[in-house]
Amino acid sequence: MTMKCGLEIHQQLSTKKLFCECPSELSDKVMGTVTRILRPTQSEMGEVDRAAMEESLKHRRFIYEITDNSCLVELDEEPPHDLNREALEVALKVALMFNAKIVDEIHVMRKIVIDGSNTSGFQRTALIAVDGYMDTSFGRVRIPTICLEEEAARKIEEREGVVVYRLDRLGIPLIEISTDPDMHTGEEVKEAAQRIGYILRATKKVRRGAGTIRQDINVSTGQGRVEIKGASRLNMIPKWVNMELERQEMLKKAAETLRDRNAKIDETIYDITEIFKNTESKIIARILKKGGKVLAIKLNGFAGLLKSGKFRLGREFADRVRVIGIRGLFHSDELPAYGVSEDEVKRVKDALNAGEYDAFVLIAEREELARLGLEKVIERAKIAMNGVPGETRAPKDDGSTAYLRPLPGAERMYPETDIPPIRITEEYIEELRKSLPKMPEERVAELVDMGISEQEAWQIVHMGMDDEFENIVKKYGYPTIVARAMLNGCEDIDYEKIFEYLSAGKFAKEAVDDIVLRACNGEDVEKVMKEYEASIDLDAIIDRIIEEKKELINERGMGAFKPLMGLVMKEVRGKVDGKKVSEVLRSKLKDAL
Amino acid sequence: MADYEPGDYVEVQTKKGVFRGVLLPTSQFSDRNVVLLKLDNGYNVGIVPDQIRVLRKGTQKKKIKKSVPAPNPNLPTVSILGTGGTIASYVDYRTGAVHPALSAEDFAYAVPEIRNEANIRARLIFNILSEDMKPEYWIKIAHAIKEESERSEGIVIPHGTDTMTYTAAALSFMFPKLSVPVVLVGSQRSSDRPSSDAYINLLSAVRVAKSDLGEVAVVMHATSNDDVCHIHRGTRVRKMHTSRRDAFKSINSAPIGVVGEELKFTEEYVKKSDETVLVPSLDEKVSLIYYYPGMPVSVFERMLEGMHGAIIMGTGLGHVASDFVPAVKKAVKDGVIIGMASQCLYGQVNLNVYSTGRELKNAGVIPLGDMLPEVAYVKLMWLLGNYDEEEVKRLLPENLRGELASRRVLQ
Ligand SMILES: [Zn+2]
Repeated sequence: MTMKCGLEIHQQLSTKKLFCECPSELSDKVMGTVTRILRPTQSEMGEVDRAAMEESLKHRRFIYEITDNSCLVELDEEPPHDLNREALEVALKVALMFNAKIVDEIHVMRKIVIDGSNTSGFQRTALIAVDGYMDTSFGRVRIPTICLEEEAARKIEEREGVVVYRLDRLGIPLIEISTDPDMHTGEEVKEAAQRIGYILRATKKVRRGAGTIRQDINVSTGQGRVEIKGASRLNMIPKWVNMELERQEMLKKAAETLRDRNAKIDETIYDITEIFKNTESKIIARILKKGGKVLAIKLNGFAGLLKSGKFRLGREFADRVRVIGIRGLFHSDELPAYGVSEDEVKRVKDALNAGEYDAFVLIAEREELARLGLEKVIERAKIAMNGVPGETRAPKDDGSTAYLRPLPGAERMYPETDIPPIRITEEYIEELRKSLPKMPEERVAELVDMGISEQEAWQIVHMGMDDEFENIVKKYGYPTIVARAMLNGCEDIDYEKIFEYLSAGKFAKEAVDDIVLRACNGEDVEKVMKEYEASIDLDAIIDRIIEEKKELINERGMGAFKPLMGLVMKEVRGKVDGKKVSEVLRSKLKDAL
Repeated sequence: MADYEPGDYVEVQTKKGVFRGVLLPTSQFSDRNVVLLKLDNGYNVGIVPDQIRVLRKGTQKKKIKKSVPAPNPNLPTVSILGTGGTIASYVDYRTGAVHPALSAEDFAYAVPEIRNEANIRARLIFNILSEDMKPEYWIKIAHAIKEESERSEGIVIPHGTDTMTYTAAALSFMFPKLSVPVVLVGSQRSSDRPSSDAYINLLSAVRVAKSDLGEVAVVMHATSNDDVCHIHRGTRVRKMHTSRRDAFKSINSAPIGVVGEELKFTEEYVKKSDETVLVPSLDEKVSLIYYYPGMPVSVFERMLEGMHGAIIMGTGLGHVASDFVPAVKKAVKDGVIIGMASQCLYGQVNLNVYSTGRELKNAGVIPLGDMLPEVAYVKLMWLLGNYDEEEVKRLLPENLRGELASRRVLQ
């Protein structure tokens, strides 16, 4: 079974908010708070679980921080205004660039979300276009839906029964692009994400910076679908995908082995605290001292699958209990270790009556939590017999992913009656079609024409720096140096300033790399440039050399320029631009004659 | 005739391609050429069809039977009298239609917490939009209250918020004595939304309906927070914001209480009496006239034509242009009873400070203190419906149901 990957991309727009006139920015200016509760609404079937409802009432209060860039709309104290037309236009253009079919009339829907991230209890979202696609180096990627929706409030903190959100982010327009599972490797996913990112940025109406674009990757190898949520760093995508592929293969092999061994899960939870009465394990000792217990379960036929060779089921178990706050989970494949002695391991095995192929998992915690944790492990172990479960996972810095939560259930949507439908006419679409931004290939060709290699041009386009590049090169020239600076440099550097100073002759082009490097390390660009500039008094050097070589000048007149140039450059190379040296030297030489 | 109908799963051919989904009833705001589809992913979209083919006929929606638990003998009985509106409602996720909760069962399902507060008797008096409210409906509500007061310990009336305070004022005057609390309640966010204020308002209203209050009250969110509601006197409350949850404010007075998990009266209030006395008649020949600079005297005169009474919402302390004085004088002479309230809403009118005020007073205009103009309008209708002219003139500026106060303090 080959791997199939799909992408879901959310990109914030930089227009005003989607349903009010507040600016789409984050803000730390908190003017006050309101406290709200949300209740599951009930459908006509009366299908609301009463217990769930009471739970939601008792334990969930949401505190919303009101910011200077939020109004009564974000507070759910005023009906939404008309859908922002500029944001709609961006979404429609994006749809056209993905060759999608734009619907004839747009209807805004309410998608029920009662985790508090929307003050209204639903996210407003509209399907703009369907059945799009894009062509990539590895083939066609289908884009079944393109939606325009509102961003959720920003979660600030979560404490006992209360979640605090900030209203600054709520209502920022988002374009949501979902692809079909048409990618088969991590590199393909990366390329697709890059291309989608480029097309979004080409509209010039997207927000930039951390958190303004979010990528979720679906990975399936024929069993459960795994969603890697928030896989936002492009360069990490291949690693995340490939490690997820390995994990899924491992899970399948483990399932096969378990079936071969006729594995069984004994659901008995054993209290083995007694064995660890005098343990050397600091972690366990500490928990026992606080009145905790050591509980264990036996997994028949699981030996060697928890952690040995490629097998890592132990980590799956640890992930499941980590989300409920348990860190003290140990299993037989990794013991003895962590201060747990060989003798203790043997006694646990005896107590559980574990055979050669049997594994055990133990949790040291307060009893109630340990019991809950082991129930989760049992649940996960049962799933292990079937292979890969569908779930949502979080990407980690080392390229692996960690269990986050089950996949979300079916969405409940109903129409947003406060916003009238919007008719999209053929004439309007034709008009938009005339003003579409350039596709990446065209843009790359333009940059190549400006004097850089195709490879550099692609990199600049993918970084979304093509406009800045074009602007600088048109003003100051130096295409290859600008490209190199950008490709070696980092975000948030004022490249234009560097090249403005360079072209004014304030330092030599050889210094650009150093300046960029130092700016990336957090130094102030202006200050760094001053250093390169201040270290040289070109006039004095030239005056001195003219004085020293008076004879030569008298002898050869302007013919002395070349040798003198060589002498000056010897002293100022890398610090003053040659062009500038030649200018100054020429004029001083003329004066001297 | 089309062989497809809403509810059918259809395939629609268009110039752009093929769409599949459940055909929905047309939205009233949609373009006429457009049909509305719910696609498989749950989204609704409008598309211009070339051809529609039914893939699967729609099935009838299953009706589920709702049942309420048997009444709890330890809980009081509260009547909920529906007037329309959607304070409690269900969403049909297929079509997006919102159905109001009408029966006791509906309420018990929509706000299950009510079951812990009271046994509910529910009935729909009529089903109208708040803006369509008329004096004749007030009388219907009043009769229903009288009947229910004999069967339950408190009455809750869900009501559209636009005209709720007019109804509250009318009921206040119609019941000189109440043996049960009468609580009007509404919602500023309809209950098909998870953020609706309806649940807390309704639950709070039921709690007030269980109290010893013997007045008509309005119970709505106190602030933008979902925590407590204010209990407003029916003759003092006004909707002061088009959309906020805390739109309802007591004007020229403090709310009489606060209700959340606990109920607390913070001002003096009338306690339940042994009997409910209903005096329902209204004389609808009363005008409420908003004076504005540049208003022609002829317009004013026309608004008085055939009327038995009028309340003028004057500027500031209670003024109209001085050239209105002869017209006012003539109307009063013809037997029209004219009261003066202020557009300021806050503070009391005073016709003694300026000469125009004194002239109006001499012409026979009755200054109405700090009474809200809409309350004065309803009060005059009720007085004219039940008393002779001299008595009306005497009672209009008197405090009957807490609609007037002689003391106002800085709040
Ligand atoms: Zn806003």
